[in-house]
Amino acid sequence: MSRLDDPLSDALVGTRRFFTRGEVSADHRTLHQIGGRQADTFYRDRWSHDKVVRSTHGVNCTGSCSWKVYVKDGIITWEAQQTDYPSVGPDRPEYEPRGCPRGAAFSWYTYSPTRVRYPYVRGVLLEMYREAKKRLGDPVAAWADIVSDPEKARRYKSVRGKGGLVRATWDEATELIAAAHVHTIKEFGPDRLAGFSPIPAMSMVSHAAGARFYNLVGGAMLSFYDWYADLPVASPQVFGDQTDVPESGDWWDAGYLIMWGSNLPVTRTPDAHWMAEARYRGQKVIAVAPDYADNVKFADEWLAPAPGTDGALAMAMGHVVLKEFFVDRPVPYFTGYVKRFTDLPFLVGLEEDGEGGYRPGKLLTAADLGREEEHAAFKTVLLDAAGTPVVPNGSLGFRYGDSGVGKWNLDLGDVDPLLSAAGGDEPAVTVVLPRFDTASGAAEPMRRGVPVRRVAGRLVTTVHDLLLAQYGVGRPGLPGDWPTGYDDATQPYTPAWQETITGVPGPAAARIAREFAANAEESKGRSMILMGAGTNHWFHSDTIYRSFLTLTTITGCQGVNGGGWAHYVGQEKVRPITGYSVLGTASDWSRPGRQMIQTAYWYLHTDQYRYDPFSAATLAAGKEGGTFAGRSTADLIAASARMGWMPSFPTFNRNPLDLADEAGAAGRPVAEHIVERLTGGDLRFACEDPDAPENFPRVLTVWRANLLGSSAKGNEYFLRHLLGTDHAVRAEEAPPEARPKDVVWRDEAPTGKLDLLLTLDFRMTSTTIYSDVVLPAATWYEKHDLNTTDMHPFVHSFNPAIAPPWQTRTDWDAFMSIAKTFSALAATHLGTRTDVVAAPLLHDTPDELANPHGRVLDWKAGECAPEPGRTMPKLVTVERDYAAIADKMGALGPLLDTLGATTKGVTFEVGRELEYLRHKNGTVRGGAADGRPSIARDVQACEAILALSGTTNGHLATQGFRTMEKRTGVRLADLSAEHEGKQITFADTQSRPTPVITSPEWSGSESGGRRYSPFVINVERLKPWHTLTGRQSFYLDHDWMAELGEWMPVYRPPLNMHALFGEPRVGEQGELGITVRYLTPHNKWSIHSEYQDNLFMLSLSRGGQNIWMSKEDAAKIGVHDNDWIEAVNRNGVVVARAIVSHRMPEGTVYMHHAQDRLIDVPRTETNGRRGGIHNSLTRLLVKPTHLIGGYAQLSFAFNYLGPTGNQRDEVTVIRRRSQEVQY
Amino acid sequence: MRVMAQMAMVMNLDKCIGCHTCSVTCKQAWTNRTGVEYVWFNNVETRPGQGYPRRYEDQETWRGGWTLNRRGRLTLKGGGRFRKLLTIFSNPKLPAIQDYYEPWTYDYETLTNAPLQEHTPVARPKSLLSGKDMAVTWSANWDDNLGGSPDHGDKDVLLKGIADKVKFEFEQTFMFYLPRICEHCLNPSCAASCPSGAIYKRAEDGIVLVDQDRCRGWRMCVSGCPYKKVYFNHRTGKAEKCTFCFPRIEVGIPTVCSETCVGRLRYIGLMLYDADKVLDAASTKDDHDLYEAQRQVFLDPNDPAVIAAAEQAGIPRDWIEAAQRSPVYALINTFKVALPLHPEYRTMPMVWYIPPLSPVVDVVRDTGYDAEDRGNLFAAIEALRIPVDYLAQLFTAGDPAPVDAVLRRLAAMRSYMRDLNMGRDADETIPAAVGMSGEQIYDMYRLLALAKYDERY
Repeated sequence: MSRLDDPLSDALVGTRRFFTRGEVSADHRTLHQIGGRQADTFYRDRWSHDKVVRSTHGVNCTGSCSWKVYVKDGIITWEAQQTDYPSVGPDRPEYEPRGCPRGAAFSWYTYSPTRVRYPYVRGVLLEMYREAKKRLGDPVAAWADIVSDPEKARRYKSVRGKGGLVRATWDEATELIAAAHVHTIKEFGPDRLAGFSPIPAMSMVSHAAGARFYNLVGGAMLSFYDWYADLPVASPQVFGDQTDVPESGDWWDAGYLIMWGSNLPVTRTPDAHWMAEARYRGQKVIAVAPDYADNVKFADEWLAPAPGTDGALAMAMGHVVLKEFFVDRPVPYFTGYVKRFTDLPFLVGLEEDGEGGYRPGKLLTAADLGREEEHAAFKTVLLDAAGTPVVPNGSLGFRYGDSGVGKWNLDLGDVDPLLSAAGGDEPAVTVVLPRFDTASGAAEPMRRGVPVRRVAGRLVTTVHDLLLAQYGVGRPGLPGDWPTGYDDATQPYTPAWQETITGVPGPAAARIAREFAANAEESKGRSMILMGAGTNHWFHSDTIYRSFLTLTTITGCQGVNGGGWAHYVGQEKVRPITGYSVLGTASDWSRPGRQMIQTAYWYLHTDQYRYDPFSAATLAAGKEGGTFAGRSTADLIAASARMGWMPSFPTFNRNPLDLADEAGAAGRPVAEHIVERLTGGDLRFACEDPDAPENFPRVLTVWRANLLGSSAKGNEYFLRHLLGTDHAVRAEEAPPEARPKDVVWRDEAPTGKLDLLLTLDFRMTSTTIYSDVVLPAATWYEKHDLNTTDMHPFVHSFNPAIAPPWQTRTDWDAFMSIAKTFSALAATHLGTRTDVVAAPLLHDTPDELANPHGRVLDWKAGECAPEPGRTMPKLVTVERDYAAIADKMGALGPLLDTLGATTKGVTFEVGRELEYLRHKNGTVRGGAADGRPSIARDVQACEAILALSGTTNGHLATQGFRTMEKRTGVRLADLSAEHEGKQITFADTQSRPTPVITSPEWSGSESGGRRYSPFVINVERLKPWHTLTGRQSFYLDHDWMAELGEWMPVYRPPLNMHALFGEPRVGEQGELGITVRYLTPHNKWSIHSEYQDNLFMLSLSRGGQNIWMSKEDAAKIGVHDNDWIEAVNRNGVVVARAIVSHRMPEGTVYMHHAQDRLIDVPRTETNGRRGGIHNSLTRLLVKPTHLIGGYAQLSFAFNYLGPTGNQRDEVTVIRRRSQEVQY
Repeated sequence: MRVMAQMAMVMNLDKCIGCHTCSVTCKQAWTNRTGVEYVWFNNVETRPGQGYPRRYEDQETWRGGWTLNRRGRLTLKGGGRFRKLLTIFSNPKLPAIQDYYEPWTYDYETLTNAPLQEHTPVARPKSLLSGKDMAVTWSANWDDNLGGSPDHGDKDVLLKGIADKVKFEFEQTFMFYLPRICEHCLNPSCAASCPSGAIYKRAEDGIVLVDQDRCRGWRMCVSGCPYKKVYFNHRTGKAEKCTFCFPRIEVGIPTVCSETCVGRLRYIGLMLYDADKVLDAASTKDDHDLYEAQRQVFLDPNDPAVIAAAEQAGIPRDWIEAAQRSPVYALINTFKVALPLHPEYRTMPMVWYIPPLSPVVDVVRDTGYDAEDRGNLFAAIEALRIPVDYLAQLFTAGDPAPVDAVLRRLAAMRSYMRDLNMGRDADETIPAAVGMSGEQIYDMYRLLALAKYDERY
């Protein structure tokens, strides 16, 4: 036997054998303890607990992870993940466990010193309020006294964000809040109130609480998906759908996976394992990221394009796929797919450009063929194999009206569409298409030929032929300038061309494209692109995404398990959408609500529009003199609003209640009255004069969000103009020649527009710090609620592990409290009033037939008559009994009895469900809601949501499918038949995550336990997409799309901030530092701003704000790791620590969002004030095409379509600052 | 043969996403209390990187673990145990708090309580040791994701001798994560270092614990552990370490770090081993042979002789059955894809690792090379971004051959399974090339890819 050490040691250790309870091994090497376990009681005690409660985190990550919350002696101790998700099958990985380090650290907040325990009011304001109330005897009069006095208003507004919050009681705080609301409604109108809370799916009852209140009083609810720039505008453009994506379990089904700008381990932490595991099944994985991101280690290959150039890479890949799999060797699976499920075979008219060439025109419709049938202008046309024009089923014209009943489907019958117009008698012509790959990003022409035919007297080609021209894929005999081969770097969109832009080697781009398509060919569509914020937060991300979607669609991957797009950026799926919508929009009591596009809202109301020194035409594709010439972006927003495309609140420069009274006094319908006054010019849209005091937003309530510490692009402009406090804006206003033409320019930009900023939160953020009133909220471990996501197919619950501590209240309770006080004050001050809501033309309704061919007609320019609901917004009157708001909050209203509930054009009758809820929840007795089903408590709200949605109520799902069967004429109801009798209750969600039911509310199918993949119902059941053609759309023929040259996928580079704003060029170095591209990707140590202040996350990271930079850039400005640096541009100033790493590419820095200013942020050298947040260096820029409305899939729906609050095109100057910092 | 049972863990680094959930759930459950603010029983390191505490692998400095003396006898690297007794009052080989990090918090309450003032209130860092303002200059995970590499990257202990193969340049970037807990060694040097006999291995499952009653706070265990996984509680004055969550294990649930691992990369299982062979194995002369020597200490739980001896040793039948279906045994001995961490420390660690695959380098890709092409399958291992030599420094005392063999098995699994995934016929030459059968590959695939809860633990 071997021996240890030396004999002396051995002897010494050996003696231990006689003195211990343990057993020393014969070789004296180790000690085995027998008994003596009482020494370990500490750890046993530590582990013991009284109960474990299921809950989750209502945070904007869409993880939707079910957690065990441990409670001991009435104290929450810690949390760990649940592992009881129902199995997804014996031959697949499972969803357990789901969670991430952020969620695991959540319980820290419960008792942390950053917890908001009591109501707080800004001290200066509260003093004035108490004084005024004492003097005037009435809360509303007191509020009016303060805000109407410029000096008093300035006194409390100018100290926002500078401490000085004092405790108040709930009664006093809600009274002040209610008074502000009542005064604002009376003085300015209910549409001067706004509510902001994002992402219902993360806690839908909590979201509905405030949303219901604002919809009942007539306030505007602000959108979030577009505001966050998470909405991929390409989705409504191409699919006619907001966003519908596969659950993460479907990644497993893919044979080829490209992670494109999507850093799964960080942003999809609980789901990343599916990707890691699918590789073991032989899935090939590609990472496309400008830095060596966390996910790159999993990839077989890493492509590192320059930031924002992903579109160029995707276009080149499309070039390769079109050339090799369509032209050189047509693949039957691909051509069969695109003929049936895309608009590629449809005919497009060509218009002469006056210089011997042509430009793409409008899609040919039945109306062009001279047919006079119903909705002929919305029935698109293709050629059959014989070259005869055919009007196939399924286009928008069949979706509405009697003649389309049973015909809204993708059944082509015997028709075999021609993909190409080639083979006709007409000689090919040259079309002029724009290219934007110039240094400035301005358009240059590109001439490429297409085969044509003449149909009904018009020269036409197919979308397919135009697409080949766009991608530069030549065919013999066509005129124009074509690439000579893949290595031709001069012509878009070859692999060599993209290399000059992206830096990705051309052969690599070509090979990945080839592999992607070959895998799709072999597997019948199981190639997937997982796309993320890295590609979706750019100004031109819709074009980037359209080039991605081209790849997934021409290869037949959409609507196939394991294939297609997988967009995971702020995508959130309220699986029980119908029930949630009823509660949130209060459509059970009044319709429509006011739903506002938040980007445009803040672009105007924080006056960022005043700092745009360029015309909207700068982005256009054509020559000077286009329709955007001389117009600013603000002008286009105003045009979109008055044409009824996009919503606009506040709507008019008058109180809508007064307008209704005025019409009543004149004895005229309100709409008629308003139209007359508008055309007369004495009434105006508020967005045409956003700086007039009567058009300010007056009250803003934020809950479940941190606007000022996180999502507010142009943060410093918010501080300056909205709040009226210290700011770091350094930009200059637009020179006179670049100012708006239709929108009024006031010489003095107002500051402090907002009278009341109210926030409900459980922790301190920049939003609470800058708020006038802060209400203490219950956390996610202290309330009942529901949670769902795109990422998995389960609905599960929040439950209180402890009762809300201190003076905290749940959101449902808090808004009920506000509503009660409001109703009491309103009874005397407001009573019952008539409101008029200007509602935009809505998607999934016949409104989308308003503008045939997407031709723009502006009534204000005299191009058409003002007609509400067609050429301008619908003007709908709503009666508001302001004393009954609280009663209505707590009960399901009567409109459901007669109108049912509608989702995506399918109306559900819910009489049976209301009867069920009367018994399940009980009925209200007395008051305005007498006899209605109660939703007074949050648990009752949960039951209502579950009962009123198809995904959680098999009866409704089946009913909805039967409704859809009538319109489509295809079989659908069998999809939910297996669960027709199933009603998921709240108790079910408390016991275990519960799988949802296949429902017409969504496009995929879970029938038979399959994994959710979007558009499966479209592909397998021939149900059309909600687009003009009814197919996935490559071609968009709206006038404004044409104006920007974006008929089809196209490469548009990041905005040139030097040309637009005079910022230095990237790479330029001067006295003030070096100019770099400034990106704000998702943070490993937070979910947006949540958790970035959490001590565990701070201990695992760098402990405060930081900016990642390359060692090359760091070296140029003498920065070492952890040095203090200052980043400055025209929008603001940031002071942070540097993290220097070789995994960062030169020329680009990352300031991961959201790093709030509250943790270890010193004062800046630049202005001596507290440093800003990541969004202090960004600002809003609105892309005009996102404002299009009233035309097929380019029609508004809330969070469906609207301008994105993009922020990635920004640059900043960065330098090493003094290392002596002051706080 | 003296059969003993040992709870062991395997972590599949190829699946680790570096999320640190394990660290947080562990800390919340065990060490979020005074005296152990700086302590992470479980931590996750980015490699290349220094680890936590900094440069803990530098045994020339810390003198942790065992070594062979001139007579070839196993001896504590920090000096024989007699020497330990002599230096008991001044232990020079102890990491200072700065080698871990100075724990801190913030004056968060100022965010709510700040009076009206000139600037926006801000919470400043305060030392949890002194209570004073501090500048944060290091944390438990400072070099996460290669942060600070130009200033700190070269301090990775493992780069010694292979620095030419690791370039801190954008184009050559690589990284992976290394989650670490106590190794619950078969030959624990912490226990051997303890003058008070307070560290013991539980007889039934081999979990290494500090007897909180007997610990006298000498901290020789901190020095003796080469993995620096014993910590000093400066409040109680006692040593504390990962307990393998024994209160959970005893009632049949996995450790916190394992159950909460969202990468699903941790496996827990029972290993039977021959206690009589441990010292011999730990005394193996050549460092390169230690991996194989340790494998030889493990007993085949299906061998009738082993079963009989185990029963004789009082190991219950259900424990023997647990050893038979142990995923850890399968990964270490059947599929041979798991490797020990730093076998050269000679502590016979019982938390093993499956090394990570990684992207192929651009140089190869640009030539049109495709790693998925089975013809190139094995050549691809050479072209992975993570140098095999670096992994060998971690797992095989620098011997690249076993690492290479593991990576080949993983690559073969992917290639073999791709055919099945695509509906093609299976190609049996692929498993044969790595010394496995198609069925074995499939079994391994199920364990690594499907990784069902009841098969992981």
